Amino acid sequence: MILLETLRLALRALLRNGTRSFLTMLGVIIGVAAVIAMVAIGEGARQRVAETFASMGSNLLVVMHGTSQVSGSRGGSGTQPTLTWEDLAAIRTELPSVKLASVQARAGATVASDTQNWTTSVFGVDPGYFEIRAWSMRYGRVFTPSEADSGAKVVVLGQTVVDKLFEGSDVVGSTVRIRNMPFEVVGVLARKGQSPTGQDYDDTAMIPINTYNSRMAGGLRRYIPGVIFVSATSEEATARAERDIRNLLRDRHRLGPGVEDDFHLRNMAEVAQAQQEGTETMTALLAAVALVALLVGGIGIMNIMLVSVTERTREIGIRMAVGARPGHILWQFLVEALTLSSLGGALGVGLGIYVANRLSAQFGWPLMLRGDVMAVALGFSGLVGVVFGMYPARKASRMDPIEALRWE
Amino acid sequence: MDAPPPVVELRDVARVYQMGDTAVHALRGVTLQVTAGELVAVMGTSGSGKSTLMNLVGCLDRPSSGSCLVDGQDVGKLSRGARAQLRGRTVGFVFQNFHLLPRTSALENVELPLVYQGVARRERVRRSAEALTRVGLGDRLHHRSNEMSGGQMQRVAIARALVTRPRLLLADEPTGNLDSRTSTEIMALLQEVHAGGITVVLVTHSPEIAAHAQRVLRMHDGCVVEDRRQQMAPAGVAA
Repeated sequence: MILLETLRLALRALLRNGTRSFLTMLGVIIGVAAVIAMVAIGEGARQRVAETFASMGSNLLVVMHGTSQVSGSRGGSGTQPTLTWEDLAAIRTELPSVKLASVQARAGATVASDTQNWTTSVFGVDPGYFEIRAWSMRYGRVFTPSEADSGAKVVVLGQTVVDKLFEGSDVVGSTVRIRNMPFEVVGVLARKGQSPTGQDYDDTAMIPINTYNSRMAGGLRRYIPGVIFVSATSEEATARAERDIRNLLRDRHRLGPGVEDDFHLRNMAEVAQAQQEGTETMTALLAAVALVALLVGGIGIMNIMLVSVTERTREIGIRMAVGARPGHILWQFLVEALTLSSLGGALGVGLGIYVANRLSAQFGWPLMLRGDVMAVALGFSGLVGVVFGMYPARKASRMDPIEALRWE
Repeated sequence: MDAPPPVVELRDVARVYQMGDTAVHALRGVTLQVTAGELVAVMGTSGSGKSTLMNLVGCLDRPSSGSCLVDGQDVGKLSRGARAQLRGRTVGFVFQNFHLLPRTSALENVELPLVYQGVARRERVRRSAEALTRVGLGDRLHHRSNEMSGGQMQRVAIARALVTRPRLLLADEPTGNLDSRTSTEIMALLQEVHAGGITVVLVTHSPEIAAHAQRVLRMHDGCVVEDRRQQMAPAGVAA
């Protein structure tokens, strides 16, 4: 018997019990949709994590002050100032694995235009900071080295601050007042969005660190009034840079062997990687659960096919009496199961794409539909049909025609 | 002149069913031949082995001992697949309960045996329509089996049995579920089939039906107790 004929027969049999067929397929539909949606969500999350960490800056290391310890009670990171300006200069000049290093000092301050005011974080930074953080300019420029050295009253604004203070967006050349001192806007930062912890990167105003020291921090102190951001020469060099900086600082701070670091060093690449691995594990877990759902769908198919075989015992007997071979009967029911599962799989792919779409829109994640996952899910649902359809089909093909004809 | 080769030949055939602990002897050493072109009526009380005999001859079953040859092939030595093939090609069945596929048109019911013989669709439809026309249902090709009367359903079943051009037509109480007028019509149809050159074996309880046969086999307790040849009653006589 030709395959097409069998397929026609299967479709007809399934249409005859339309509701039942659909409900049977539902198990596979949900299973496949779950696999696709879960993997898409996992991929989207992974992508999102990768993007957010990329937006923090590449090959990034952060050096922070040490921890204060007062009669056994230890403060948090940066509570005990230990990093000096000389340390910064040494990191910058002595280590070949380090590309750039910049201070990042921070103070809350009110910034005002002629008509509006807005309280934001004012950062004192070196000119290299923008490159370290992979921060490009939307308008204007960063401060020049001479502006940085001389402590000029120039500022680079984040987009959020521009939106709060001005009508238009190209505000280069305007004057804003920070703590009532006039600053010239020399640049506007390109929008960066949120940090992994939900902070608005764009709610910021950046001024040269020397200006910060003299105007915001009340003069130059011995210790750096913030943290040091370091960019390694390459991704591979990040670990080496971390080691180099640790050795350099321990050396400079004269810490003997066995003495704890009096500073904190954080490798953002490691954090990013850990986060990525976390989302990958999550994806695998979700996909595994979805696969279980698909298996359960397969069992549903087997169940309904067994019912169908029993119901149609007489039909099987008739077919055998007019010359159907066991193979014909086997194929008929196998193709029926396969049609159920494949159709369910196809509908599941559609549903999965829809759900992934909705969810990625909901969470603002990039939509990551993977063709290979769809193909695997579809293939797997077909396999489910064959595996779980085989038992009922064999049962049908092995019926005794005489018994089958007598069956009421 | 040689006698025509037998369509069916049974040699000392026994069939024993195991029903729990007891063995049921449905057939006990039956030997008989059916020659091409015969119209044989098989009679006997229920449980006498008629249906078992028909199942064996129809290649639905295998003998426990002895040999059963259909169209020269030993049914007992064939695989399930080979028996199905022999059955599809050589034997046409007509049942008491019609055994049509439910919710399926007359045409599709008749097509069924051809589907399993791998006949192309166009050819199938042509031959099925022809067979239905032959049994007087040329105008009801697309009626579904549940929209037809008993007589019509049995005609469809006969068309289905004939569409493969079998050598042998087996009818197991074909008129058992029909009123007497319809029975007469169906019997006339079977006689027509027989006149067309097909060997017919039919099981019946009714002496009136048996009167239409050339040969009557009477069975009792798994044995053939009478094998009588007689003058056929003419077709169409009220039973």
